[in-house]
Amino acid sequence: MSPRLPNDMSATTATIAPAARRAGLARRLAAKPTAALAILVLAGLIAAILAAPLLTHASPLKIDPAHRLLSPRTGHLMGTDHLGRDMLAIVLYGGRTSLIVGFFVTAIAMSVAIALGLLSGFYRRIDAVLMRIVDGLMAFPGIVLATAAAGYIGPSVTTVVLALSLVLIAPALRVVRGQTLIVRELPMIEAARAVGLRETHILTRYILPAVLSPILIQASFVFSAAVLGEAALSFIGLGVGAKDVSWGGALAEARDYIQNGWWIVVFPGAALVLTILSLNLLGDSLRDALDPKLAGRRA
Amino acid sequence: MNALATILEVRGLSVSLPIGGKLTPVVTDMNLSIARGEAVALVGESGCGKSMTARAIIGLPPPGAEIAGSIVLKGQELTQLTPSERRRIGGREIGFIFQEPMTSLHPTLSIGAQMTDGLRYHLGLSRTAALERARELLDRVGIPRGRDILAGHAHQLSGGMRQRVVIAMAIACGPSLVIADEPTTALDVTIQAQVLDLLARMREELGLAMLYITHDLEVVADFCDRAIVMYAGDRVEDGQPEQCLTRPRHPYTSGLVAAIPRMGGTSARLSPIPGQVPPVGAWPAGCRFAPRCAIADEICATRPVFDAGVRCWRPLASPAP
Amino acid sequence: MIRYIGRRLLLILPTIFVPLILVFLMLRLAPGDPAAQILGDQATPDQVAALRHDMGLDQPLVVQFVFWLKGVLTLHLGASFFFRQPVIDILPSYAFVTIQVALLALFIALVVGACAGVAAALKRDTPIDRGLVALAVLGLSLPEFWFALLLIFLFAVTWRIFPVAGYVAPSEGLVASFMTIALPAIALGLRQSALMTRMMRSSMLDVMSEPYIATARAQGLPERRVVLRYALRVAAAPFVTVAGLSASHLLSGAVAIELIFSLPGLGKLLIDAVGRRDYPVVEGAVLAIAIMLAILNLAIDLLYALLDPRVRLS
Repeated sequence: MSPRLPNDMSATTATIAPAARRAGLARRLAAKPTAALAILVLAGLIAAILAAPLLTHASPLKIDPAHRLLSPRTGHLMGTDHLGRDMLAIVLYGGRTSLIVGFFVTAIAMSVAIALGLLSGFYRRIDAVLMRIVDGLMAFPGIVLATAAAGYIGPSVTTVVLALSLVLIAPALRVVRGQTLIVRELPMIEAARAVGLRETHILTRYILPAVLSPILIQASFVFSAAVLGEAALSFIGLGVGAKDVSWGGALAEARDYIQNGWWIVVFPGAALVLTILSLNLLGDSLRDALDPKLAGRRA
Repeated sequence: MNALATILEVRGLSVSLPIGGKLTPVVTDMNLSIARGEAVALVGESGCGKSMTARAIIGLPPPGAEIAGSIVLKGQELTQLTPSERRRIGGREIGFIFQEPMTSLHPTLSIGAQMTDGLRYHLGLSRTAALERARELLDRVGIPRGRDILAGHAHQLSGGMRQRVVIAMAIACGPSLVIADEPTTALDVTIQAQVLDLLARMREELGLAMLYITHDLEVVADFCDRAIVMYAGDRVEDGQPEQCLTRPRHPYTSGLVAAIPRMGGTSARLSPIPGQVPPVGAWPAGCRFAPRCAIADEICATRPVFDAGVRCWRPLASPAP
Repeated sequence: MIRYIGRRLLLILPTIFVPLILVFLMLRLAPGDPAAQILGDQATPDQVAALRHDMGLDQPLVVQFVFWLKGVLTLHLGASFFFRQPVIDILPSYAFVTIQVALLALFIALVVGACAGVAAALKRDTPIDRGLVALAVLGLSLPEFWFALLLIFLFAVTWRIFPVAGYVAPSEGLVASFMTIALPAIALGLRQSALMTRMMRSSMLDVMSEPYIATARAQGLPERRVVLRYALRVAAAPFVTVAGLSASHLLSGAVAIELIFSLPGLGKLLIDAVGRRDYPVVEGAVLAIAIMLAILNLAIDLLYALLDPRVRLS
């Protein structure tokens, strides 16, 4: 029997998206109204956040006691907070912090999760140990752990990124590992072994591409969890610190002035919810698009 | 058979399902009647509409299905009933035996709880009376020590035992009709024979009318009085099983028979029917079997009428006198 | 059954020790000297060295770990720098508040999630289903602390139904106590309700397509009975397991919620302890949360075994 190295895996299982199917992903996502809307909103948010200096001349840190707690009006589109800071500037520059944290946490957590997940799914012995640790991490409230971590290291963007990465590795790792376990049993892996390919080659060339779609789905959820986590940590005062504007930090300060104006609570919160909602919708749509078997099920 | 003994009479039944947002027929112009004590086999490949026919009769079609035609059970027109009246026919008047004994019993309810639910609901029995009746039923289907079984769960039973339990549940409330949807397909061959024997015995003892759905004509040849062969939602042949096997009249039946592997047969080769069953919604306008039929000609482009037990313009042999 | 419990117990150990060990390592490996941080800027090097010695920080990491492990196993967690009393004596009253709020939140989440999930599944692809699913997606994206602020704005500031913050113990009046934990529990329960709605919906959809449901229907049993007696029993099983994960999420959210509502729970204790660099209390709070979750998960495993006889016997 001549060893066939199959490119075509369409007959195997629906959970694995072959390269050919992935090509139409963009089109299929755009065809779904919720997905298209989520992408549009995210793109809008990112554009506004990047273009913050063009959209407002106000500084999010400039205190102006003479104009404190102004309701939304021309000049202060979203009003001002209890120190007279411009809320629009706070929302825009706070978004910058969210995006930075979200990006780095996703990059770090996903890289580690992919590396360890592949190893764990491929080598039984590593798996036994690693999975116990993942179980322990997953069962424990992430923010509690991140709070302790942030407390020890001291508030800063780096702290938040490290603490949230630590917490978010576990669920992503489990997804990558689960998918690796499925792919490992496919005939194509056996065929690759039969022709004597090295394990590292099999891992990077055969298994990694096959587990990419769940990784993509997971990445959007990690990003959303990171944005939420940053806001939560900043809210309890263990986040990015006072120098950096953040939605969570703005909300923490708003807590004591809640009776003085709805806008100081609503705008940063709405920006946060809009970002998380769009990321979650994107993740859901990705899952539906890449994994037709689940479509409509988890909705 | 006289008309009084007719238990089930289906006339012009058609079932349509919403597929891809469009109502698509899956069963058309189905006629069948079953008398008391009679067993009728509904034979065909998967997707030919035989299970859908059964589900229409018991009143559990898939959501969105549209059903036309008449289904008369013991003189009562079922299609005129309100949904809740219709629902109550199941279990009380019609027993249903599913294909998968491994999954057709509830995994976490005790066997006793499942068996007594219908008895208590339909017959108004008390818990103890229903349990006693369930034990008798188990005894009847050849399961001794019924009391132990009743307290246990499905996963503790073998496939054959489960199917016996399912049969006991189907006959529990004294139905006049039992529909069995491939009840032996998932079982070992030796168990298959036992289950078939049991069904035959129940039919005889209780005088049941039985609709037996199968893809294997040969298995039911001894068991059934009549066989209805279905192809692409159509009844294509209706006759005695033995006659269908030995002197098939519809080319499709003939093809089915030729595809049966035979012990000690002269030919080592099976002759499969060329081509594939057309998918639902893509049926030819004329004879639905024509594209795969060796003897089809121009006339087959018009839809044949069902006549003398066969729906074909060019029936093969003539029926035995 | 005993083997099952034994195995479960073994599996629960990592869920207690992994977070604890992480916290242990964080303190020791984080940049900066904990002793110096505790004492502040005015401390002399001698004082710092003395405290380092007291805390055992001058020992090799392995030795520290053995001592620490011994302390954890015998529940000798050291004394709080701030309260000047053993950590183990401080924890129970804080844990009680957290348990009270978390249980009420879990209850809200279970009831709302179960009802909404079942309703959505039974009304699949109707406007009711789509509406509930959309609400669930939105609910999952609402941070607890922001939702809490909105609740305070509406129910405490504008309509003055509930107190803005503060805590009353049940011993000082059940109704007053309930009023203080109602808003926090609603805020905490919201996201979990959304999560459970989705879970329950997909679980119900799976179960409703099972052959044994067709069997029950073919028996002529009314649909209500099929759903309540046959489907829900099975659909609830994965739902129960999720409750464990959910409790962990709840405690995540509880940190911020306890801060907002000034509830003297473990989350508030943790934040305060972190701020005061009261490290024994930090470790104690983490241990208390880990143990609470372990007990809950064990209880869930037992409940699961009761729901599903297959688990009991295997």
